[in-house]
Amino acid sequence: MNHHFKYLLRLADNSLINAQCLCKWTGHGPFLEEDLALTNIALDILGRSKLLLEHAALIEGNGKSDDDLAFHRSEREFLNTKLVEQPTPDYAYTIIKQVIIDSFDLNLYKELSKSKDDVLAGIAAKSIKEITYHYRHTSSWVNRFGLGTEESNQRAQNALNELWRFTGELCETDETDEWAIKNGIGCSVENFKASWQTQLKNLFNESNLTIPENTFMQTGGKNGIHTEHLGYILAEMQTLPKAHVGATW
Amino acid sequence: MSDSQGPMWEVFVQKKAGQPFVHCGNLHAFDKEMALQNARDLYTRRMEGVALWVVKSEHIVASSPEDQGSFFEPANDKIFRHPTFYQVPDIIKHM
Repeated sequence: MNHHFKYLLRLADNSLINAQCLCKWTGHGPFLEEDLALTNIALDILGRSKLLLEHAALIEGNGKSDDDLAFHRSEREFLNTKLVEQPTPDYAYTIIKQVIIDSFDLNLYKELSKSKDDVLAGIAAKSIKEITYHYRHTSSWVNRFGLGTEESNQRAQNALNELWRFTGELCETDETDEWAIKNGIGCSVENFKASWQTQLKNLFNESNLTIPENTFMQTGGKNGIHTEHLGYILAEMQTLPKAHVGATW
Repeated sequence: MSDSQGPMWEVFVQKKAGQPFVHCGNLHAFDKEMALQNARDLYTRRMEGVALWVVKSEHIVASSPEDQGSFFEPANDKIFRHPTFYQVPDIIKHM
């Protein structure tokens, strides 16, 4: 698999699986307005994944479409981080997971808007405004949960304790990343890692939440080694094209 | 508050800079920031505006339907309040 394709596919898969998980809340949000707000966010992220998959398919250059990549790959071929595939048993999980993703992506896509890959730079530039709003929405929910009731604080803290071990993988750099950095396609996470972590730490501190210490960080998603949750997500997401081979929409 | 969705807020959207804010509907929210964000998601998704006001519905003072007669009907027979009896000189443009 060539590095350029792999780099784009990882970005696309992170967005696609993130959006698919968020879409599970559609129609089940805590109240109407928040249901619409989260669905709106999911739609932005799904749109980004489509653009990235289209571009990835073009770079791969063997005639596949974005749909082929989304619906006809198996679990081991998905290159998203483990964080995005984690289940969200309550709304605090959804918010904590999403605020981590939003804050990271905001930094990441700002860097990617300078990419020498013009299409990627364009997608990134468009995404910055969207993610800026997503972060505003999710971070204000972190404040509300953290500073709300004893129960809301505890639920947010539980989610943070559970999900923090999946954040290490976001900052990992392997040979594909190094290739992308060297060729000006991708960016080095080191450029913003410290400021990203400080930003999150400050947000959680002001919300009376604590980032767990000495966490053993999970890894593997970027290379197709996933938690058991991804299989269920894909089974649901890929149902239609697998049950009706050749279906068009 | 009879449900768990928070108090009602009224939403006003400004279509373009300089234009008045026009009432477009209402929503539920628990605080100001949430009200503003919900207004953005509910009422400006399709380029409806460039600025938003939200105000708690309870802060709106409204006339009641019973007030209609005493408030508004006395204006019906006072056509002299309309500036239709004046000749506008030709040199005045843009009136």
